Amino acid sequence: MRKYIIKRLIQSLVILFFVSFIIYALMRCLPTSYVEAMARQKSMQPGSKSYEEWMAQLSAMYNLDGSIISGFFKWLGSMLRGDFGDSWKWTVPVLTKFNDTVWLSFVMGLVSFILEILIAVPLGIIAATKQYSKTDYTISVIALAGISLPTFFFASLLKLVFSVKLGWFDLYGLVGRNYDQLSAFGQVMDKANHLVLPIITLVVVSMGGLMRYTRTNMLEVLNADYIRTARAKGLSEHKVIYKHAFRNTLIPIVTIIGGSLPGLFSGALITETLFGIPGIGYASYYSMVAGDIPFSMFFLVFTAILTLLGNLIADVLYAVVDPRVRIA
Amino acid sequence: MKDIKENKDPSETIKEELQNANKIEEQINSDSDQYSLNDDRRVKVLSPGQLVAKRFIRNRLAVTGMVILLIMFIFSFIGGLLSPYDQDQKFYRVDAQAKDYAGVLHNEEYRYTIGDKDLFKSSVNAQALKAIITGKDSFDYNGVSYTLEQLEDEVFTVSTGGKVIGIVSKELVNSSTQEALSFDFTLAAFQAKSEGKDSFTADGAEFKLGEDGIITDAAGNEKAYISAYIVKAVMSDVFFTREFKNQLIDAVEAGEKSFKFTDADGQEAEYILSYDAATKGWDVKQEIDTKVFDTYSAPSKEHWLGTDRNGMDMLTRLMYGGRISLMIGFIVVFLETFLGIIMGGISGYFGGWIDGLIMRIVDVFYCIPSMPIIIILGAAMDAANLPSLTRMIYLMLILGFLGWAGVARLVRGQILSLREQEFMTATEACGIAPSRRIFRHLIPNVMPQLIVYMTMGLGSTIILEATLSFLGLGVRFPFASWGNIINDVNDTFVLTNYWFIWIPAGVLLLVTVLAFNIVGDGLRDAFDPKMKR
Repeated sequence: MRKYIIKRLIQSLVILFFVSFIIYALMRCLPTSYVEAMARQKSMQPGSKSYEEWMAQLSAMYNLDGSIISGFFKWLGSMLRGDFGDSWKWTVPVLTKFNDTVWLSFVMGLVSFILEILIAVPLGIIAATKQYSKTDYTISVIALAGISLPTFFFASLLKLVFSVKLGWFDLYGLVGRNYDQLSAFGQVMDKANHLVLPIITLVVVSMGGLMRYTRTNMLEVLNADYIRTARAKGLSEHKVIYKHAFRNTLIPIVTIIGGSLPGLFSGALITETLFGIPGIGYASYYSMVAGDIPFSMFFLVFTAILTLLGNLIADVLYAVVDPRVRIA
Repeated sequence: MKDIKENKDPSETIKEELQNANKIEEQINSDSDQYSLNDDRRVKVLSPGQLVAKRFIRNRLAVTGMVILLIMFIFSFIGGLLSPYDQDQKFYRVDAQAKDYAGVLHNEEYRYTIGDKDLFKSSVNAQALKAIITGKDSFDYNGVSYTLEQLEDEVFTVSTGGKVIGIVSKELVNSSTQEALSFDFTLAAFQAKSEGKDSFTADGAEFKLGEDGIITDAAGNEKAYISAYIVKAVMSDVFFTREFKNQLIDAVEAGEKSFKFTDADGQEAEYILSYDAATKGWDVKQEIDTKVFDTYSAPSKEHWLGTDRNGMDMLTRLMYGGRISLMIGFIVVFLETFLGIIMGGISGYFGGWIDGLIMRIVDVFYCIPSMPIIIILGAAMDAANLPSLTRMIYLMLILGFLGWAGVARLVRGQILSLREQEFMTATEACGIAPSRRIFRHLIPNVMPQLIVYMTMGLGSTIILEATLSFLGLGVRFPFASWGNIINDVNDTFVLTNYWFIWIPAGVLLLVTVLAFNIVGDGLRDAFDPKMKR
């Protein structure tokens, strides 16, 4: 087991190396960058150096003057030392901005993830046990609709109904207008109030996948021989489903849930941007649009690490949960 | 479907051969009715493709999805042809727009009419005003003495050395024509008014003074008028007639908010008056009918879903938008399937280090966060100012290039198990070339899974494209796509007030993607009856 994990980790590192190289090369090839804008702005100031001089100085400062390969290794070197540089767009160190934003995204992701599991897993099981019934069709269509629902459209609909027509929530932002006058508890409640719509969006859009996954796996389990045995023994249907079948369905579900845990840190780019929630997704969107290389690089590599970690956790969990699985 | 039929399972081949044998037998026995093998007496044999189709049609949900898709295709590809409008045809409407036209000021302060520039300087002006306010009739300034003479309530002349050098007054003599008035004329007019005469002589000509303060020359043409109101045009090329001014001043005095006036050309326009406390004057706005873009007009007979931000017909835009959204979906999915089949096929068939290499590449592509990358590239394309069409092509290439890894994994996995089967040994024994073995014998067997994957992929690609267009990083203006039509909702005013701009596009998007997913689901069940027990 340990050998397997070590092997996978080394593999992941190799993949990560190439992924970050591709991302770095892409960022460097962008026809425009924040540096140019900055140089232009600085050269406009009275008595300043010319644009070319500023450009040369800034490029040297950010390792943009050499070739892509040497620039990449310089970036890699400083990254390994834990130095991610300063964000151009937010004018603070990348790690500071990351630390400022990631926890909000994590809380939002965690709450919606828990809700998603609480809704999707039971519904998936119900659909599977009543296969081809009206309930099954309804749940299947709801699940498919969730998958098919474009985030931005659903978010707009929620805004129209709950913010504009009913006036229950604000359209944008994390805090209300009178946030500063509220007590500590009131401030928490204010933030929670602003997170309701984004969380609903996230739950509805993402629960369909898990629902279908649960249903498919439950169906598979229900067709297994040991379920037939359990029924033949004369166990009650309730016991068959919730004791014998459900526990076995948990194997793939736990695996996939474990695998998506790291993803909670990557934020929800579209949802956060639409609702103006200053989480990591929001910060990274505006960094990317502004051509802020240090922050975007950091975010992209971070997301890649999360993906690799998720795959690794899923594979390891699979073996841990299911003793039949042996990994070499 | 065609590919599936071509791929013959050994058992299927036997069935077909049996069928052929039956046919031959039938010909032999055609003369004897007793042994007839007519259609009605035979067991029907269905090809695998027919079986799939049968199973698919039995699934009511999937058929509904198929019908929806069909409707969407007709809507997008044929609807555009039937629509009486073009996708970028702009519509206009006539709208009454209030333009700043004139300003009216009631003169509350003394103003100076200067007769002699050298003598009636601004310092003297101030002294004269001081004397008027304190009620004196003469004043000394810088050793010169000046005399004030009151002509009327608020009209004074200033003279020194027996010569009138200026007038200080609240009422003014305004020229009715564009000619400036001479000082002598102004003075004579005031004098005539104060003395109650109905005519006076100035500059060697005779003028008549009417009761309402209008001064006409001998020919009866209006020359000037005396009034405490000053009417100024906002635009320098506009000149007001006396009638207009009269009506305007009447309206001001009556405290009316608006009045109508028909000018010499017979054009009637409405004028809106508003008092501005800061300048102590009235702003006059002229309401003129102007041709403007018919933006955000509500659904009507001409425009069933109203018009958008640019005054274009919404329904037509939706049709063309559907065309683009569906086309991008198809092209991207075909592109990624093409790449995926080649890479996955090679990888699965050859195995060994080639497999290892390609699978590591697939891992790398799996790991690349595609949404952020596309956003970055979209922003870069923004900066490069690419034309909309080029941009769309790049977008498709990027999406296709980032998406092939999944297909490659699927194809490889299937091929790994298929290549161990007997029919592959048979192809090897027959000496068929590897490329033919992969693409003619292995890939067709992966087709069922691929078709399901592609159908589902179409839905998600359409959503991805719509999301990008919504963020303004995908399909760009002259072209419509469902995503960029909804983009208008970023404007809170549109979100709140114009449901017909964004809800139809969103519903179409949702329904189409849902239909693709349902059909994909149905196809999977139809292809793989094991799943449906």
